[in-house]
Amino acid sequence: MAQHKELKVSAIENGTVIDHIPSENLFKVITILGLDKISTQITFGANLDSKKQGRKAIIKVSEVFFQDYEINKISLVAPHARLNVIKDFEVVEKSDVTIPDTIVGIVKCFNPKCVTNNEAVTTHFKVINKKDVALRCHYCEKITTQDELRFEAS
Amino acid sequence: MKNRSLVSINDFSRDEILQVLDLAEEFESNPNQKLLEGKVVGSLFFEPSTRTRLSFETAINRLGGRVVGFSDSASSSATKGESLKDTIQMVSRYADLIVMRHPLEGSARYASEQSLVPIINAGDGANQHPTQTMLDMYSIRKTQGTLDDLNIFLVGDLKYGRTVHSLLMALTNFNPTFHFVSPEELRMPREYKLFLEEHGIPYYEHGELSEIIDDADIIYMTRVQKERFSDPMEYERVKNAYVLKRSMLEDSKENMRVLHPLPRVNEIHTDVDASPKAYYFDQARNGVFTRMALISLVMGLK
Repeated sequence: MAQHKELKVSAIENGTVIDHIPSENLFKVITILGLDKISTQITFGANLDSKKQGRKAIIKVSEVFFQDYEINKISLVAPHARLNVIKDFEVVEKSDVTIPDTIVGIVKCFNPKCVTNNEAVTTHFKVINKKDVALRCHYCEKITTQDELRFEAS
Repeated sequence: MKNRSLVSINDFSRDEILQVLDLAEEFESNPNQKLLEGKVVGSLFFEPSTRTRLSFETAINRLGGRVVGFSDSASSSATKGESLKDTIQMVSRYADLIVMRHPLEGSARYASEQSLVPIINAGDGANQHPTQTMLDMYSIRKTQGTLDDLNIFLVGDLKYGRTVHSLLMALTNFNPTFHFVSPEELRMPREYKLFLEEHGIPYYEHGELSEIIDDADIIYMTRVQKERFSDPMEYERVKNAYVLKRSMLEDSKENMRVLHPLPRVNEIHTDVDASPKAYYFDQARNGVFTRMALISLVMGLK
């Protein structure tokens, strides 16, 4: 009997599938999108084999559809994530996550002397390089790079 | 510029810089103009700064305005744990304009988002000090007759020097040639050199003050601090290599001027003070006129 990879994580009737999440970032994605707080069904799998590379994670959320600006928040932790919008068990739309031009919240500024790390200020960054992720803080003007990325606790 | 906060030198266009300098010139020839009569300015210095604060307060007084504020965070409600946000919300309901110096980077930008009145950044940590840059530009234009096509020598701590970074960004609008003179450990950071490369501005790096400075139109000195060195022995080795002495200026150009944001410790020898090329004290004086110009433009009075 042929094995479908789909059987590892069961199909949903209506909702959104987020595929190709790096396995180690699964829970970051869940937190960023607030999926730990919704009431509809979610299934997810981690450490699944990926044709593209390495181990991937996948999330299937029932009855939830995302706007572009919402889904692009995960671009820093899942830059190659792919969305499938499902209606009546069919994929009706596919899209790729893209890194937005500005990022509000989610990421900490790496500068300990930035006002965002000392007062109750939401971080705000301009993405100045999408390939090698570089974020310029709107407040202190310093640049936080990919390896310096730390995420705000939610 | 009316009703707009002044937070970063990067907020100014080339034309806006010139507008400020032209107005500062007007104030220099006619310093007492009561444009701020009836207005109250909040002078919020969360960390001490005698020169900048007195310069601003003089500017406000010459414009006929009144000042309220504090000169140290220890004499403000910050000691009670009041947030910056609350302080700004409160003071912007008392005053018509706020001038602020704060140790945290980005604090001025944040304050400008919280305030009901414009904020002028008088220094936010190691980030921006735009009014210093304006007075530096004014001084350069006044002594050279122009801002265009000059040979600018930046000396000392180019890695951490806030004033040096800011001046570099502002001057880029005017086709300069830069020469950087600093110890190895305190070289101009890569991001600024990249910026210059992207704008086609030439720059040269030197390890020491030598006869190379004979070509300078402006020598901008900054202090090399011991605390900035990871190896204190390295500091001892280099500390005297960046001291400017009168003898070094013998073959310098007639129009050359020595600038320093002050306070000066030992990096400019006192024997330079008597030279007609020493401009650092007049540079500080220009701060009053430049700040008068900035306040007037932000308040829409000119």
